[in-house]
Amino acid sequence: MPDWLTYRLSDFLLFSPRTYYRMFELYHTQTWPIHLVVLGSVVAVVVLLRREEEWRDRAIAGVLAVWWLWVAIAFHLQRYATINWAGRYFAALFAIQALLLVWFGVIRTRLRFRLSQERAEYLAAGVLVIALVFGPLAGRIAGRSWRQVEMFGLTPDPTAIATLAFLAISTARPHRALIMIPAVWCAIGAATLWALGSPEAWLVMSAGLAGLILAIRHDASIQAVA
Amino acid sequence: MISRRDMLRVLVAGGAASLMGSRPLPGQTRGQILTRRIPSSKEELPLVGLGSWITFNVGDDPVARAECAEVMRAFFANGGRLIDSSPMYGSSQSVIGDGVAKLAPSRLFSADKVWTGESEGRAQISETRRRWRVRNLDLVQVHNLVDWKEHLPMLLDMKAAKQIRYVGITTSEGRRHREIEQIMRSQPLDFVQVTYNVLDREVESRILPLARERGIGVIINRPFRQGSLIRDVARHPLPAFAREIDASNWAQLLLKFIVSHSAVTCAIPATSSVAHVRENMGASYGRLPDEQMRRRLIAYVEGL
Repeated sequence: MPDWLTYRLSDFLLFSPRTYYRMFELYHTQTWPIHLVVLGSVVAVVVLLRREEEWRDRAIAGVLAVWWLWVAIAFHLQRYATINWAGRYFAALFAIQALLLVWFGVIRTRLRFRLSQERAEYLAAGVLVIALVFGPLAGRIAGRSWRQVEMFGLTPDPTAIATLAFLAISTARPHRALIMIPAVWCAIGAATLWALGSPEAWLVMSAGLAGLILAIRHDASIQAVA
Repeated sequence: MISRRDMLRVLVAGGAASLMGSRPLPGQTRGQILTRRIPSSKEELPLVGLGSWITFNVGDDPVARAECAEVMRAFFANGGRLIDSSPMYGSSQSVIGDGVAKLAPSRLFSADKVWTGESEGRAQISETRRRWRVRNLDLVQVHNLVDWKEHLPMLLDMKAAKQIRYVGITTSEGRRHREIEQIMRSQPLDFVQVTYNVLDREVESRILPLARERGIGVIINRPFRQGSLIRDVARHPLPAFAREIDASNWAQLLLKFIVSHSAVTCAIPATSSVAHVRENMGASYGRLPDEQMRRRLIAYVEGL
């Protein structure tokens, strides 16, 4: 048997669950009250989704870009990289996603977010709710304190899932490059949680997969219409 | 009162251990720490060291860093010397460095690794030394044989220049043993680091005899299979014969199995618990199992 086949997922885990979740706890403590800004931006985006302002799509893409950049620097580079040497590469991925969102969403206006009455978009909205609400709740249900949970805009998993959901409700065809990094991150995030023995791995994997399928399907349907 | 049978076992274990180069004291008393000589230098090392894989990678968490320093304090207080780490282990090196700065251990044996592309080895070792806060590292090993053809000559040059004292190579969980054997036969190594425990005994057939033949010290990683072995056996009672080798818990019994092999220089269990490091260090004291008891332990654990 080749050597590489003898590796298990847990062989790549560099830290204990306690260290991982303590990192979240310290992160939330140190960055408070940025959480209020995140919540404010989420409320603003939800309100914007229901309005027809001309600058709406740019604003939503801009908000997403800001939080991808925040996670790149404040989470991956400044915290996660201290326990995982790959953290700096994850930071680069998140920064690239922020730039892609700025380029396609803010500068070129290739993203047009709108909740229509179609069933697929209800499903996408469901994925968005999972990312925004059930992500933190899952952490609590798993037995961790509020200070150790994941949160959209501040930690990577819900940020990636929510972004896939947003891409799935964009009425303009999103560039496929925008889908790639969130999808890859959902796989990495789920694998990490799986190796840590956390049941939330299932949530990240299924929500990420649902978001990915909806985003690709949406992209294909827009392409067909065009 | 010690029975004739017990006395005989003590003498056999003591005699066997003497042949192995270790120095157990008979009886139930803690006595002097057991050591074994590094074949290439005859320097004595305690049979149990301290690993840092996962357990010391705690990032910037000040509470966890202080706990790791306490683990190191208990390790040194119980006679430990060798601590092993790697640039691949996240913040482990700088966490060890914090402990070194805090405790200023007088007999630390620093064992680390080089794990990078061929051209960056010296810079990485220099950074490792800075993180450990030591003037020189004692042992530098090529981590998982990464670019070993380039790194080994560099490490041997550094040894000749007295920048490091020993050179080694590592692997884990039975991987690349054929290549390890070739390197052991062709290179002037001081140490080889491999996985060995009561259930993973592949190294007994070739690597350990070869190490003895070539005068290479052996460091044993993953003695508890990253904790899963301890968790599995801990549900079962400690066999009565554990008392005959002064093992009062599973950790000590499993470690004594490993270090009783005459080719093994040191085992490096990793922990972030002061209680566990004390338990582990207990395996460095008292009697060691003879061959018959080693077989008995294998049969017992495999039968669980």
